[in-house]
Amino acid sequence: MDKDVPRATHDLGGAAKFMCEAVDVEPHALTDFDKEVDALRAILGQKRVMTVDELRRGIEAIPEADYHRLSYYRRWIRSITDNLLAKGVVTEAELRATLERV
Amino acid sequence: MADLAPGARVRVNDDWPETRGPVHVRTPHYLRGQPGTVVRRFGEFPNPEDLAFGRPAARRVLYHVAFDQPSVWQEGSAGDQLLVEIYEHWLEPA
Repeated sequence: MDKDVPRATHDLGGAAKFMCEAVDVEPHALTDFDKEVDALRAILGQKRVMTVDELRRGIEAIPEADYHRLSYYRRWIRSITDNLLAKGVVTEAELRATLERV
Repeated sequence: MADLAPGARVRVNDDWPETRGPVHVRTPHYLRGQPGTVVRRFGEFPNPEDLAFGRPAARRVLYHVAFDQPSVWQEGSAGDQLLVEIYEHWLEPA
């Protein structure tokens, strides 16, 4: 499918540039980071802070170059961060201060 | 829109909300404007297009719709089908 359409970055089905590459179907082991991000998302959902739909919308808003560079769970943490900043759950100053400590 | 029965011929809206601002759309780009056939009605679910922005979400009917794969993707064999979940507000009778 080579139609030049304004599809969103994540909407890859039938996109020509991805039809030439073999699909990687090997199972991948989850890292500790992956599991922590997954747990964080689950807690935020249980506490009604953010929904899985908001997670998806945040992932879909990642600029295209970053989207393809980031791993699956790095996309998640990017979306979680953007959502929590937008909702005022954390501030940029708090985030920056915490990142400097780790 | 009245409920669509299995076997009903439909067409997916040729609409591109991506061009009008931030959206969360669950209808794949390659189906916009394509004709298909309703296979089953799944039930009513809060509209994810609103849930994604934390807005109140009206319940919308979700259908399983079959599409002719070779004419959509220009690959595959005659009779191959794509089976995709599509919300009622993306469908019109064809």
